[in-house]
Amino acid sequence: MKKILFALATTAAVIGFSAAASAADKAKICFVYVGSKTDGGWTQAHDLGRQELEKALGDKIETQFLENVPEGPDAERAIERLARSGCGLIFTTSFGFMDATVKIAAKFPDVKFEHATGYKTAPNLATYNSRFYEGRYIQGQIAAKISQKGVAGYIASFPIPEVVMGINSFVTGARSINPDFKIKVVWANTWFDPGKEADAAKALIDQGVDVLTQHTDTTAPMQVAAERGIKAFGQASDMIKAGPETQLTAIVDTWGAYYIKRTQAFIDGKWETTSSWDGLKDGILTMAPYTNMPDDVKALAEATQKKIESGELKPFTGPLKKQDGSEWLAAGVSSDDGTLLGINFYVEGVDDKLPQ
Amino acid sequence: MGIFEAILLTVITAATPLVLAAIGELVTERSGVLNLGVEGMMVMGAACAFIATQQTGSPYVGILAGIASGALFSLLFGFLTLTLVANQVATGLALTILGLGVSGMIGESYVGQSGIKLPQIVFPILSDIPFLGPLLFRQDLIFYLSIALVAGVHWFLFRSRAGLKLRSVGDSHSSAHALGINVIRTRYLAVMFGGACAGLAGAQLSLVYTPQWAENMSAGRGWIALALVVFASWRPWRIVAGGYLFGAVSISQLYAQAFGIGIPSQFLSALPYLATIVVLILISHNRRMTLINTPAALGKAFVPDR
Repeated sequence: MKKILFALATTAAVIGFSAAASAADKAKICFVYVGSKTDGGWTQAHDLGRQELEKALGDKIETQFLENVPEGPDAERAIERLARSGCGLIFTTSFGFMDATVKIAAKFPDVKFEHATGYKTAPNLATYNSRFYEGRYIQGQIAAKISQKGVAGYIASFPIPEVVMGINSFVTGARSINPDFKIKVVWANTWFDPGKEADAAKALIDQGVDVLTQHTDTTAPMQVAAERGIKAFGQASDMIKAGPETQLTAIVDTWGAYYIKRTQAFIDGKWETTSSWDGLKDGILTMAPYTNMPDDVKALAEATQKKIESGELKPFTGPLKKQDGSEWLAAGVSSDDGTLLGINFYVEGVDDKLPQ
Repeated sequence: MGIFEAILLTVITAATPLVLAAIGELVTERSGVLNLGVEGMMVMGAACAFIATQQTGSPYVGILAGIASGALFSLLFGFLTLTLVANQVATGLALTILGLGVSGMIGESYVGQSGIKLPQIVFPILSDIPFLGPLLFRQDLIFYLSIALVAGVHWFLFRSRAGLKLRSVGDSHSSAHALGINVIRTRYLAVMFGGACAGLAGAQLSLVYTPQWAENMSAGRGWIALALVVFASWRPWRIVAGGYLFGAVSISQLYAQAFGIGIPSQFLSALPYLATIVVLILISHNRRMTLINTPAALGKAFVPDR
């Protein structure tokens, strides 16, 4: 279904391009989105970044984007069309575009590519990612302070390292405050299904969690939390509108600064392959205002954020145990990035069996 | 409130849109028309219901808007397949694509807004019955409508003259035509009823299930409703059984996860679909029963001789 839709969209887009191509001699910066640019979450955050880029460098560049591009073979066609139509720099903004981007990058050595959240690079293919887990550590601390029962609910999407890392960071943060803190995890096996996410939220709340966090894309869990009168955290975008008295804070993706930096380098001819993994200190990730919590909790959250920004605190620092009780990190040792990017085990305190 | 009750409440919310969309499609298919555009009509209903509610402040206006938009949208399908005799399968698919696109466009500025939830209608005395009371008599209007519609459709199809005519159109349009039944008009009405029900199902999504608008928020429920019609072998009450079974399996797996039962979640997520396949196999095993219930002229175009 989506494929037919997409084929139509691509055809339309290509017609649009051929008309525009002759008019433009500005550098063309292109984006491939997995969702709709108004999804209220992941893709919207990327599109806001693109808009910032246009605002900052609009006199030197123009931007173009394709939305609702399915992951898989269709992505390859979409990226190739963009490369052929004269895009100089192409950002592919979903993990699932990785192999397609690698393939097309090999075909078009003169075009530069940047792939979000992946790990494969090439001379003309860079990767970029954000340390979302830093924000989740702060959320964990807040949850431990707010929760009466010492149990938080976590709505997860798919068991990939990015999501497991988030769960571990949340638990580690929470247990730095309350060593007995536990979380319950429900895997929705979807990024986007408001109904199913709401059902998952109800399942968790019915079983006694009194603070909720999510790694899926819609505001449905926030709404359920508001209805049931518990607190929750937003994901990817500030979701305060869905729960004015519910949202404690949210991890907000702010890609704009990165897009501007890389595009500037591209215009100046200084673009190089990098594997960038920035965090709170670089502003690629910000925390929505700390709301609906007592002042001392807010102060704690702000202090932790400062410590992470200054590098004084690294969320994954020992002593940390794996779920089975064996040692992961000795006291004072911090995890290296490689381990984190491939992480496939839980830390202690997760009340769930990791799907393998 | 016990955990069992809580689970059942969630199941009811999840099953209602499936039952609604499926009961509408059942009537459409009983008249011999296969409309694969349920997903598109549903998502249009969700968008229009949400927009109307936000504009007027009344979710009841939203319900009407959802029903009307679904019916109007299905009229497009009716015109193409019944008047212009276009291929039903292709037109239905096109309707779904169009619905997803158009709803995304008209709903764009409503993304992220918090909606108004349809209020519950509490029946005095009945709602105080332990266990059953809160489940059955403390629900919203759309839930009551879904049950009433199933009962009404059952009565209409098997107890009324008009229902008999509709079924005869679906079984053999030529014979029905020869008997003087207006085949095209009957099918138009059946298609619009299907559209109205799908629109109402959409309204349930954006007013009850998750009071918000998000692009593509039906997330495949229209396709499940289509499968449910076959699952129910075109019998109204089996739609309720199938819809609630499907809802129960998909919801209980979420509760099982939260409870910490160590079964792989991917398997649990696939369970509802596995259950559907198993039932389909069991049903198709009895060929005679299948033949009796399947509308014989399903999907076949009718061109009256002049």
